[in-house]
Amino acid sequence: MKKIAVLVEHRQGEIREITFEMLGKAHQLAGSDDEVQALFLGDTSQKELVAKVSPHAHTTLAVYDAALKDFEPLRYGSALEAVLSNADCDLLLMGQTAFGMDLAPALAAKMTMPFTSDVVDIEILDGGVKATRQMYSGKVSAAVSLKEAPKRLLTVRAGAFPAEDVPEVSGEVREIAWSVDGDFAVRKFLSYIEAAVGDVDITQADVLVSVGRGIKDADNIPVAQELADALGGVVSCSRPVADKKWLPKERQVGTSGKTVKPRVYIALGISGAFQHQAGMKGAATIIAVNKDPKAPIFSIAHFGIVDDLFKVLPALTEKVRELKG
Amino acid sequence: MDIIVCIKRVPETAEADIVLDAGKKGIDTDGMVFSINEWDNYAVEAAIQLKEAQGGKITVVSAGPEENNEVLRRALAMGADDAIRLTDPAFEGSDAIAMARILAAAIKDIPHDLILTGVQADDDGFGGTGVALAEMLGLPYAALVTDIQLDGDTLTVHRELEGGLEEVTAVKMPALLTIQTGINEPRYVSIMGIRKVAKKEIAEKSAGDLSLSGDDIGVKGSLSQIEGLFFPPVGEGAEIIEGTMDEKAETLVKILKERGGIA
Ligand SMILES: Cc1cc2nc3c(=O)[nH]c(=O)nc-3n(C[C@H](O)[C@H](O)[C@H](O)COP(=O)(O)OP(=O)(O)OC[C@H]3O[C@@H](n4cnc5c(N)ncnc54)[C@H](O)[C@@H]3O)c2cc1C
Ligand SMILES: Nc1ncnc2c1ncn2[C@@H]1O[C@H](COP(=O)(O)O)[C@@H](O)[C@H]1O
Repeated sequence: MKKIAVLVEHRQGEIREITFEMLGKAHQLAGSDDEVQALFLGDTSQKELVAKVSPHAHTTLAVYDAALKDFEPLRYGSALEAVLSNADCDLLLMGQTAFGMDLAPALAAKMTMPFTSDVVDIEILDGGVKATRQMYSGKVSAAVSLKEAPKRLLTVRAGAFPAEDVPEVSGEVREIAWSVDGDFAVRKFLSYIEAAVGDVDITQADVLVSVGRGIKDADNIPVAQELADALGGVVSCSRPVADKKWLPKERQVGTSGKTVKPRVYIALGISGAFQHQAGMKGAATIIAVNKDPKAPIFSIAHFGIVDDLFKVLPALTEKVRELKG
Repeated sequence: MDIIVCIKRVPETAEADIVLDAGKKGIDTDGMVFSINEWDNYAVEAAIQLKEAQGGKITVVSAGPEENNEVLRRALAMGADDAIRLTDPAFEGSDAIAMARILAAAIKDIPHDLILTGVQADDDGFGGTGVALAEMLGLPYAALVTDIQLDGDTLTVHRELEGGLEEVTAVKMPALLTIQTGINEPRYVSIMGIRKVAKKEIAEKSAGDLSLSGDDIGVKGSLSQIEGLFFPPVGEGAEIIEGTMDEKAETLVKILKERGGIA
């Protein structure tokens, strides 16, 4: 019998979607006599959250302590060690998220668990764990194996597995005792800052003309703006464009920016890193312009032009203007 | 304030045609352009800004072959004081945890109040080395940092969460932070600036110098292993619009019209 555990991710009173994505995958990996475990860390006021995950795991192991109210990796890591010594799971899954990236590598190092990150697929064969992950910004995939060990750890890319696939099982909840032990004052959660609201809300736009690093310079943004104006749309961007302050942060599409679902999304000079895709793959029609035919954006776009965006943009803007008279 | 910054030299692959090497466990980097990992460039700038405000010393560390001196020199030209290159054939094949072990072995003997790494490396994309390094050095840390304020021996940092949400967290020094892009505007490095530091000595350390045994590093010391690389399936893929530029634009306009792309 093998046991696959999922660390529940929650924030601001909500279970995060990645939790159900991982639980779904855990059930898929589990055979009929295997066990899926959910590991929950939080304070007693968050008990109601446990009820949302426990129906989807055979066993939920929970630690409640005031010290675990907010995510803090040193405390969470310590509590998780206590849970893991009770959980005897063979494989632990966490999200490759702001939560998991702040915790998993330290836990792997501390507990000497074979570990790899940001996986998009998992296989368990004869007790061996194999994972697929991406390298070079999604242009290459790697098959990675984890060495034999009592416990192994993977972080899972958000959106890699469907959240809807998680089955219901009648699960029991078991509380695990843990007490604060150690100097955790060295890292302290203070507060959240909500995303700034800008003058333009890209999530409300029907048409987005989105520019990436391929736009090369702030001076070229107006060229994209002209197309957006002609189409009655709005200009959005990938992260490097916002990082360089060529456009305000509120215009950024992706995991750390906004999630958009326009009727049409035109990606200009955007390679299509998964963090970008996560924010725009729900668009009804995706059109990509990129001079690299192997850019990952083409794998999710509906239509593509492999060419220089600086040639495509003026030609397209002109045609749209002609049409509108 | 003594700051150590870990920097990696990575191939620029966004526009490159990637070819796998003969063993299919790596890529053929012949003719590829390399540069400092984007995240690490922001980390170096963050270190320099702290030094400008506080005084102190910046040491940059990179593990890799002789060519890594390029990124170390670039960091020296930006304003770092010392550079160390960790190099040994035995390092090859190290996963994120084994790489952290190598970096930890070098860093533990250098005085430090603060260690900075990038959030992730553009090539392997682990996003894990920094946090594992903090654990090995027994330091408090914060990952995905987009703002740093210093107050005595406490760093008040912003961590980037999902969807534009940020977290404010206090971390007591000595500490490690992994730096996210956009935290600052990295300064420009001129050829003249790099020439000025061309003669500066770059210290080298091997596995032996760091008392690392072959069992702890490289393929042998890594609990995860690349079995093989392959190109991801392209899915259904985009319908590629062909023709002259005029025809392409014509077709696109038609698609836009059909799909509600023209208001
Ligand atoms: C924790 C975390 C969160 C992140 N969050 C986000 C996020 O929310 N949103 C986001 O976008 N990214 C995010 N990223 C960054 C992401 O990993 C990529 O680095 C980023 O999306 C790359 O942006 P890009 O496609 O514009 O640039 P690149 O990857 O550099 O791609 C530029 C593209 O432009 C093409 N190009 C260049 N010149 C031309 C031309 N003249 N004509 C046509 N094409 C051209 C190139 O072929 C290339 O494909 C995040 C990363 C991390 C680690
Ligand atoms: N070979 C290396 N030399 C120096 N620093 C490294 C090396 N590999 C990784 N790092 C550091 O670890 C960070 C995260 O890398 P990774 O975990 O590989 O995505 C990088 O941004 C660097 O700061």
